[in-house]
Amino acid sequence: MSEIPEGPHRVIGTPSPTPTAVDAPSSSSSAPAEPPAATDPPDTGHAKRAERLVAALFILAFVAGCGFLAAYVGLEVGQSDIPPGADAVVAALRSNLALGTSLSVALLALGTGSMIWVRHLTPNIEIEEQRHDLKSEPADRAAFQKEFAEGAAISQVTKRPMLRRTMLLATAPLALAPLFLLRDFGPLPGRSMRTTVWRKGLRAVVYGTNRPLRPSDMETPGSMITVIPEGYSDDADALAKAGVILIKFAPGELHVPTVHDGKTQLYGMNWTVDNIVAYSKICTHLGCPVALYEQTTHHILCPCHQSTFDATEGAKVVFGPAARPLPQLPLGTNSDGYLVALSDFTQPVGPSFWERG
Amino acid sequence: MSDDAVKIPPAVSGVGGWLDDRFHGARGVRVLMRKVFPDHWSFMLGEIALWSFVILLLTGTYLAFFFVPSMQDVVYHGSYTKFDGLTMSQAYESTLRISFDIRGGLLVRQIHHWAADLFMVAIFAHMLRVFFTGAYRKPREINWLIGVVLITLGMLEGLFGYSLPDDQLSGADLRITEAAFQGIPVLGTYISYFLFGGAYPGTSIVPRMYIIHVLLIPGLILALVAAHLFMMFHQKHTQMPMKGNTEKNVVGQPFWPYFLLKGQAWFFFIFGALAVLATFVQINPIWLYGPYSPLNISSASQPDWYMGFLEGAMRAMPAWEINFLGHTLTLSVLIPFLLPLGLIMTGMALWPFFEQWATGDKSFHHVNDRPRNAPVRTGVGVGAVCFYGILWAEGSNDVIADHFQVPLYTITWIARFAIIIVPIGAYFVTKRICLALQRKDAAIVAHGYESGIIRQMPDGEFVEIHTPASEEELAVLNAKVVPPALPAPGSSRGSDGNGVPAPGSRGLMGWARGVANRAFQETVEAEDGHGGDGHAEIGHGANGHGANGHEVDGGDHAAVGSGSSSGSGSGSGSEGSAHD
Repeated sequence: MSEIPEGPHRVIGTPSPTPTAVDAPSSSSSAPAEPPAATDPPDTGHAKRAERLVAALFILAFVAGCGFLAAYVGLEVGQSDIPPGADAVVAALRSNLALGTSLSVALLALGTGSMIWVRHLTPNIEIEEQRHDLKSEPADRAAFQKEFAEGAAISQVTKRPMLRRTMLLATAPLALAPLFLLRDFGPLPGRSMRTTVWRKGLRAVVYGTNRPLRPSDMETPGSMITVIPEGYSDDADALAKAGVILIKFAPGELHVPTVHDGKTQLYGMNWTVDNIVAYSKICTHLGCPVALYEQTTHHILCPCHQSTFDATEGAKVVFGPAARPLPQLPLGTNSDGYLVALSDFTQPVGPSFWERG
Repeated sequence: MSDDAVKIPPAVSGVGGWLDDRFHGARGVRVLMRKVFPDHWSFMLGEIALWSFVILLLTGTYLAFFFVPSMQDVVYHGSYTKFDGLTMSQAYESTLRISFDIRGGLLVRQIHHWAADLFMVAIFAHMLRVFFTGAYRKPREINWLIGVVLITLGMLEGLFGYSLPDDQLSGADLRITEAAFQGIPVLGTYISYFLFGGAYPGTSIVPRMYIIHVLLIPGLILALVAAHLFMMFHQKHTQMPMKGNTEKNVVGQPFWPYFLLKGQAWFFFIFGALAVLATFVQINPIWLYGPYSPLNISSASQPDWYMGFLEGAMRAMPAWEINFLGHTLTLSVLIPFLLPLGLIMTGMALWPFFEQWATGDKSFHHVNDRPRNAPVRTGVGVGAVCFYGILWAEGSNDVIADHFQVPLYTITWIARFAIIIVPIGAYFVTKRICLALQRKDAAIVAHGYESGIIRQMPDGEFVEIHTPASEEELAVLNAKVVPPALPAPGSSRGSDGNGVPAPGSRGLMGWARGVANRAFQETVEAEDGHGGDGHAEIGHGANGHGANGHEVDGGDHAAVGSGSSSGSGSGSGSEGSAHD
């Protein structure tokens, strides 16, 4: 390579000398600034070695590419195509490894070969192009403006305001039409965001097993379990709002104050059964399930944004971005002794919204 | 030069001639072939984004042949036997099928996801390069704005993309997105219900995101990328300050054959790197997350990296919520949802115009700035990077707490303060560093480099020989353009002589403009190397000095070692040949 040698007096930490001058072909020729003609690299021995290396890399890429095709044909995936008893996950990962490795080698060999090619086999020729003013000549600009104005005059747009205005008027409703067309993208929210499927007497069943619960099923203080309204286990829309956590406390631990907002009770001690309290599982910040419960501190933690609620104090917020406590579900038992809701939540569950009030 | 004349292959003369008969293209294509592309490593960052996008289109098209964008429930009986009998959406089932039943499906999926992450990394890196070198200045403001839109589109495209498989993790992300929309005043619940076709999650969101993800946004990105490239091509690329590079020229290698060869190499490298990642580094293993259920969540749930700063903002926000005329204004969602995005995106979009307003600089710039030579810009940029970075780190506060055994709340409290203090501090520190680097540059221009050679003078004094900077180095060091001063209110230049301030310097805006202008003005004056009477620098590199419009103030500066009578004078232009 005929790069400019490092200056003899260069001090470590100082910038390296800028290479290549303008229009200086690295060959010794002192040709004037001509368009780059097809030239060969100066050092034929070096070029020969580079050529062999590039060719070897391209052959490697060819072999790896063939390997990709072979791996595709040779390595079956999917339960129906692999031998019985074999693990489909293992087969898929093995196929991924074989296909990916061969593809990687092929692409990197091609890339490396191309890079060596351009750096060591093409002469380093730089050319200079002149920049021209981006803005047009004043005469051109004036001519454009004149023609534009003339065209506008010919079209009568400027002269006949009634035409112009009625045309704009005609397009206005059409411009609004797309907005109207959005209307049927979904129903209006109405009051639906304020309610869940919980209602008086609906049993709480364990999420996952759909087993109804008696208070005696939660004997250990500190235990937490997720319950859902019975019959809604396959209804994601219902579950997204109606998921509830039950937490069992030791006697005396729970002090949920009874709080009213004037009309309705928001939460309170008299909604608990046997020291079991029911809170909405939907975080009041951004709707993640509040899935973590720390027994020693009685803190409920949302894993998404770490809003922390104190379970003994009506799930009031003790840290994090959530602004409201988790709504409490009025909990009772039915005549068979199963845990049931006494009513729906008395306030909207989940994230805040404008109409929430 | 080769001796034999270049032979024209028949493909060029024949096919080319056939085409030229019909399209008259020889001249135009020749201009294209001779198009100059300046060479600098940082100019390849945008190219990474371009090639990643190409790979995204290729892999995405393949995936679209197999993905079923439906939330219809099906019972799974496929290759992933752990889920046998489980009810899941068709979207999730088809993603499992792509991963386990289609040869190369997993590889293409993982390349697609890695390419999306790389695409965003490259866009941001490219944006930072353009910002810190001032390449957005006149005449390239519109291309900068296109870039800002492309970043926003890229984020949305990624969010919708990784939400499509309807797995547990993406579902959690979608839930957060829905709740964030819901927090918007007045329209929030309507936006949410219209987007999701009713209450969350509904069955409409996956098919809707799908068409947005595969048609709408890629179409927009493709069109904007085309416009971005066309403008770059038409206005010609900027170049770095170097010897021979001026505002009137572009120096570099021509498109044909250099750029094509290099572009080919770069494409294969990027594709190869993504293939390596897709082979050896698992990404988004949706079969480990399971199908989405609104009541499940895993700890350390995080979005893809480019959404992390929003996630961090959500986490850092204190619980603020106010009641506004009987309506809920949930600031703890609104502020982190809109403020960082608004600050960063709007700030980026407005910056070129703010800079023009503050500096009064309306001239064309085709030679890039060195970041140190624009201390205010560099300081603001570093401040913005800190702002973004802190939010981004806070987006992983649970993972950080877990790894470093720091209390979770402590990290959030640190982030809450750091988000304000660190960017401001970073601005001032960066500005000082820039000015110090300018000072170093000025010293090198004036005195050259320390050579490490100590010489004893006849009178017994020891001096260090300085080596002058080369012409190439000086071209870089002297490439500093300080924006002109705006007329200050009350100054003789600013007023009309009767104490009436110049228009534009009046009022609050005028005052603000003056403050901003003075900040932009701050610079390090060139040192005058000739100052002393016979100082010790040998072969002092004064060539180019003062010739680039540099102000050289009076000769009152005494250089190091002044008083010694043995220096060989200024030795201007001697290129260091004066000493051994």
